[in-house]
Amino acid sequence: MSEHKTLDFHKTNDMKKNKITFIISTLALSIVQFSMAQIGRPFIHDPSTVAECEGKYYTFGTGGGGLISNDGWTWHGGGVRPGGGAAPDVIKIGDRYLVIYGATGGSPNHKGAILTMWNKTLDPKSPDFKYSEPIVVATSDGYEECDAIDPGVMIDPTNGRLWLTYGTYFGYTRLIELDPITGGLKKGNKPVDVAIVCEASTLVYRDGWYYLLATHGSCCDGANSTYNVVVGRSKKITGPYMDNVGRGMLEGGGKMVAATRGDLIGPGHFGHIILEKGVEKMSIHYEADLEQGGRSVLGILPVVWKDGWPVAGEKFKEGTFEIESVRRGYALELAVDFSRMPNAPRGFNQPNTEPIKPVPALKLEDVAKNWPSGNINLRIGDYMSRPHQKWTITDAPDSTGYLGGPYYKIVLTGTNRALTATANAEVITLPEFTGSPEQLWRIDQLTDGTYRIMPKAVPNSNEKLALISSGDSTPTLGKFDFKSDNSKWNFRNP
Amino acid sequence: MNRKHPSVMRVFIFALLSWLKISSSAVFAQGPGPRPSLPPIPIKGDTTHTLTKHFTQASSEPKKTDAKGFIQRWLVLEPVKKNIARNNIITDNFLKTTFSADNFSNDYNMIPKDGESVKIGDQDLKWYALDSKTFNFNLYHFTYALNKPKYGILVWLVTVINCTEDIENVRMSAGCNSGSMWWLNGQETMILSGDRDMIADNVTSPRITLKKGKNIIRGAVINGPGMANFGVRFIDDKGEPVKNFTISYQ
Repeated sequence: MSEHKTLDFHKTNDMKKNKITFIISTLALSIVQFSMAQIGRPFIHDPSTVAECEGKYYTFGTGGGGLISNDGWTWHGGGVRPGGGAAPDVIKIGDRYLVIYGATGGSPNHKGAILTMWNKTLDPKSPDFKYSEPIVVATSDGYEECDAIDPGVMIDPTNGRLWLTYGTYFGYTRLIELDPITGGLKKGNKPVDVAIVCEASTLVYRDGWYYLLATHGSCCDGANSTYNVVVGRSKKITGPYMDNVGRGMLEGGGKMVAATRGDLIGPGHFGHIILEKGVEKMSIHYEADLEQGGRSVLGILPVVWKDGWPVAGEKFKEGTFEIESVRRGYALELAVDFSRMPNAPRGFNQPNTEPIKPVPALKLEDVAKNWPSGNINLRIGDYMSRPHQKWTITDAPDSTGYLGGPYYKIVLTGTNRALTATANAEVITLPEFTGSPEQLWRIDQLTDGTYRIMPKAVPNSNEKLALISSGDSTPTLGKFDFKSDNSKWNFRNP
Repeated sequence: MNRKHPSVMRVFIFALLSWLKISSSAVFAQGPGPRPSLPPIPIKGDTTHTLTKHFTQASSEPKKTDAKGFIQRWLVLEPVKKNIARNNIITDNFLKTTFSADNFSNDYNMIPKDGESVKIGDQDLKWYALDSKTFNFNLYHFTYALNKPKYGILVWLVTVINCTEDIENVRMSAGCNSGSMWWLNGQETMILSGDRDMIADNVTSPRITLKKGKNIIRGAVINGPGMANFGVRFIDDKGEPVKNFTISYQ
C-alpha cells in the first residue's frame, strides 16, 4: 500500500492524483467495511489480546475501534476504543477491563506515550460502557532508545502483580509495573530493558518461567512484511530472557513461535488466551491474508507447549484421518464385522522367487454392503487401515464456530454416515449428515499437541461434553479432563 | 506496529488511516473520537550530538573482546547516504553491487587511519576509531552523534585482530540491521542480505583460520529505515566465543 504511494510521488500529477484517489477510495472502502458488520471478514491491524466479555469476544486495533464476535469465529466491526493511537492491549482485572494503548502510531521522532483506561464492559451497547480518563504510564521522549508504543500486559498469577512491556524495533523493549487497582504506574517503578529490536511484546507465566513473547521482522508492507513471533524465558520477570540456545533477547535472541504459513503472511502481536486447563489460544494478526486480498486479518491459533516452549499449533486441516484415541492408540471405528483381506497368508518356507504383486486394500464397496443401513454404533479398535476406520473431516456447512475454528462434519470416508452425539451422552453414526448441532464437532488442539473433540450440542443437555474413551474400546461422551488420556485424540494419516 | 517505515510515509499512512477511521466511525456511531495530542513529555537525558555517550575514543593499546567475545573496537567511516525506502530490497546482488560501487578502497587489507578522510562519490567522509560501550556497535548512535543522516546509510568498518598464534577452525559471526558484508584478510566471509534485525550470531562464516599476527576485518553495513546496528565475534565449533586475541585499529 505505502510502497505504491511511494512510487506515485514520482509520477505525473494526473497519475498521482488518480492513484491517490484510488488508494484513498480503497482505504475508505476497506475501513468502512471494517466498521460495518462483515461476517467472516476480520480485518484488523495490531490487535489486542482477544478478551471475553458477557459471552462475546472483543479485540481492538490500531487507529481505534475493534472487532466483536459472538462465537470467536465470525467477526464484525463495532468495538469502541477512544484515544486513537496504535496497538492496544486488554486485560480483565476483577470485574473491570483495563485497556492500554499507545498514543501514537509510531511517530517519526519516536516520541510516544502509553496510556491505560478502565471500562466495566467492552460491550458498547451496555449501559455500563464508559471509559475512565486515560492515565499515562510510560513515555518516550524521542531521544531515548525506546519507542513508547505496542503495550502488552500480564497479571503474574503467582502474586497478582501487574506488568507491562512496550517498545518497538527502535531500541529496547521495556518492562514496567502497574498498580492493578488504579492502572497507573506503580509508585517508584523504573523501566527495565528486557529485549532489543522487538515489537508487540507481552508476557506469559507458566510452570515457574516467565516468557517474553515479541514480534521480530517488518510490518506494514502487506505480503512483503516479515513479521514473526519469537520467545525467550526467564526465572525472574525482570529477565534476563534467554532463548533456546542461551542467547539473550537483549542480544536479539528468540525462539520461533509463529511464522508465515501458506497464504497467511507475517504473524505478529501475540496475545495469550487460556480457555481452561490444557486449552490455550493465541490471538495474532497476519500482515496479509492472500485469500482476502492481502488484507491484515485477525488470526487465532492453538498454543502448544513443547519442551517448555510455546509454539503455534495448527488450525485443524480438513482431510481423511484415522482418529486415534490417545488412551491406548486404538482407532475410532464403526462397530461392524471385521472383514478379512482376500489374500492368503504366505507360508514361512514359501520361496521368495515368485513375482511381487501388490495386494489391493479393502474398498468401502467391498465391505459396506454387509453393514446395517440405519444407525451404526461405534467402538475403538486396533487400527487396520480398513474402510470402517477412516473418517473424512470437513468444515460443516454452518456459519457458527468457536474461538479459533469452525464446527466440523465428521463422516465415514466415502459415505455421508455422520458422527453424532446422542441424548444419553453416547456417540453413534447416523446414515446421513443433517447439519444438526449434535453432528457438528469442535476440534481444539491441546497444549500437549493432542486434540479434544466436542459436539456442538448434546440433545436435551446443557452439559459441555467431549468425545472420550471409556475403556480401550468404547467411545462415549464425558467431561473433558486434560489430565486424562481418555479425553485426547490424534488425527493420523490413514 | 512501527516497523521500519520511511518516516514520512508512516505518518501519512497513520494520519490517513486515523482520519478515515474517524470519519467512517462517526457515520456508524462507533468512533474513537478525535485523537488527543501527546501529553508533555520531558526530555529524560542528554540529547547533545556527542560520541562519548555510547562510545569512547579507541586508545593505542590493543583491547580485549568483551566477556562474550564481541568485538567492540572499530574504525568507522562516516555514513554514505543511500536512498533505501525498504530494507527488503537488500538482496545479495544489491549488497555486492552497492558495496562495489561505493567503496573507499579495493585493497581489503588496507587499514585506514583514525581521523583521515576519504572520498566516496561526492562525499568526503572521515574515519573514527571508537570502542562501543555495548556488545554491539550501534550505528544509529554513531550517526546521531555526528549529526549525520541516521536512516538510508552505508557505513564502512575496519578492525584489526591480533593473534599470538594461528587459531584454526573458528567462524566469524555477525548480526546486523539490516544488511552487511564481511571480509577477513581480503577474503569474503559473510553476506547478510534481507531485512534483518540485530541478532547476535545471526549468520556465521565457513570455518576459517585467524593467522598469527594481524588479521584485518572489513565490513560494510547498509540500512534504510530503522536503527543501523551490528555485532561481530568469532565462535568455535561448539558455538563458544573465541577471545584469545586482541583488537586494535592500527
